[in-house]
Amino acid sequence: MSLLKVEECKGVFVFAQQVDNVLSGISFELIGKAKDLAAPLNAEVSAVLIGSGVKDLADQLAEYGADRVIVVDDPELKDYRTEPYAHALSEVILKYKPEIMLVGATAIGRDLGPTVSARVQTGLTADCTQLDIGDFPLVAVEGQEQKHNQLLMTRPAFGGNTIATIACPGDRPQMATVRPGVMQKLEPKKGAKANVEEFNPGFTPNNRYVEIQEIVKAVSNAVDIMDAKILVSGGRGVGSPENFKILEDLAEAIGGTVSCSRAVVDSGWKPKDLQVGQTGKTVRPHVYFAIGISGAIQHVAGMEESDIIIAINKDENAPIFDVADYGVVGDLNKIVPALTEQIKAAKAAK
Amino acid sequence: MKIIVCIKQVPDTKGGVSFNPDGTLNRAAMLAIMNPDDKAGLEAALRLKDQYGAEVTVITMGLPKADEVLREAMAMGADKAILVTDRRLGGADTWATSSTIAAAIKNLEYDLVITGRQAIDGDTAQVGPQIAEHLKLPVISYAEELKVEGDSVIVKRQYEDRYHMLKVKMPCLVTALAELNDPRYMTPGGIFDAYDKEVTVWGRDDLKDLDDANIGLAGSPTKIAKASDKVKKGAGEKKVLDPKESVDYIMEKLTTTHVI
Repeated sequence: MSLLKVEECKGVFVFAQQVDNVLSGISFELIGKAKDLAAPLNAEVSAVLIGSGVKDLADQLAEYGADRVIVVDDPELKDYRTEPYAHALSEVILKYKPEIMLVGATAIGRDLGPTVSARVQTGLTADCTQLDIGDFPLVAVEGQEQKHNQLLMTRPAFGGNTIATIACPGDRPQMATVRPGVMQKLEPKKGAKANVEEFNPGFTPNNRYVEIQEIVKAVSNAVDIMDAKILVSGGRGVGSPENFKILEDLAEAIGGTVSCSRAVVDSGWKPKDLQVGQTGKTVRPHVYFAIGISGAIQHVAGMEESDIIIAINKDENAPIFDVADYGVVGDLNKIVPALTEQIKAAKAAK
Repeated sequence: MKIIVCIKQVPDTKGGVSFNPDGTLNRAAMLAIMNPDDKAGLEAALRLKDQYGAEVTVITMGLPKADEVLREAMAMGADKAILVTDRRLGGADTWATSSTIAAAIKNLEYDLVITGRQAIDGDTAQVGPQIAEHLKLPVISYAEELKVEGDSVIVKRQYEDRYHMLKVKMPCLVTALAELNDPRYMTPGGIFDAYDKEVTVWGRDDLKDLDDANIGLAGSPTKIAKASDKVKKGAGEKKVLDPKESVDYIMEKLTTTHVI
């Protein structure tokens, strides 16, 4: 059914997303995962870099592990628009015939991925949180061929209540969008070089090219919570926007960043870019403080991979304690400021 | 102007989820609602109807029970409703679903097609853009605002750190975010009328421009290898202490794990 045949496809490809000619973190995360997948397949990792004036970014992709970088560079590709980008990526797929195509599950990737998968007539699995190479069906079934070396794509569904593993055994490429913040990027190797190939399939504007009238960037100088090593996250239990001050003081003392739950964003206390969870961002910091957060499953889905989870909540039955490594039942208004003072004292004593 | 709004009946995952003993979702025990992003898309269409005059047709693919969301949409103000239902269409992934809905839309006249960005059961956000691809329409996803100017739509398209104001000529497809608006309530008169109105029911054979290779479970390129209830991470320690002891406890953990 797919335009490409299973047996002609080889290689693990990632869409190297860039915005304003700066590579997005997801691009490096995808390369990291692609290296894992490529090993048992004995395949190369190719990054597909699409934009205008982006060729210089190829070295960075090499340093993070790309063996090859395919560059599609054209003035029509300056800012993301569905059609010229979908045309670029589809033509790369049809020319280079990858076995696996990974795209970040970002606001760009979740538009580009479905458009491209439909164009090359293959399957697409959304928002994957785990990718493996394995057999399909997982266990051999009599009367059905068990295919080896398949991409097994695991994703949460039903608001994080269930988890499903999905394969695309008969069509190529096997495509997945991958949740940002879940896969690990590799340590960059300074000076690493990739084989860079330029390819331009030609861009002729048609009725599907939308016109960008204006681009308005959010004014924010805050640290992206996905990059923070320590997050001090507050929920509705913090009580008021003003009371987030005690969390900000703790974050400053310990060298962390403040984030929050959906309830806080819905109440208008904090902006959406600080929201952790299913409809916010997935974070995996070294330490995650969940303060006054009950721990709805949608929130937990966005932070459960944190190395150390410390919960402070007055309700001892709060579900957050089911995922916390260290939980304290008590009044955050008493505990948090005192903790801040102790941390300051401990740091001063060093 | 003719507007088609694609809607889906979904289990309300917000109110918690109920499972059968075998681990599959117990849909019967859960409230079925109109998917929130789709409802915002419908509201956007109804506002265009209020403003400029338009014929709004809602379409859904699902079990016969999905008739309920079509009636709800008509009670809100939709003019026509189409239910695509057929055993042969069951078990479809996003490719097969979008192929089927696109084939149904090809039976209709339209200037604008609106879908929700994503449904709260699958959360894929794939069906809208894939319908656009099958219909060869321009697509604008993640719409936060939508207006019509002459023969074009102007959409505020959301990204993580910015928005784009986009303009494109109709026909086109837009995927709506729940943030787009606050959907209106059904009116008592609307509810009354909605149960008198006819819902057009289409089966597989009413969809002419559709290959059997692209429908249902068999026509789905993606296959479920395994589905399970989520495995929860084991709980750690939970202490009930006075505030000072609580602070000492956390400090000890931060120190032994070398955080400070």
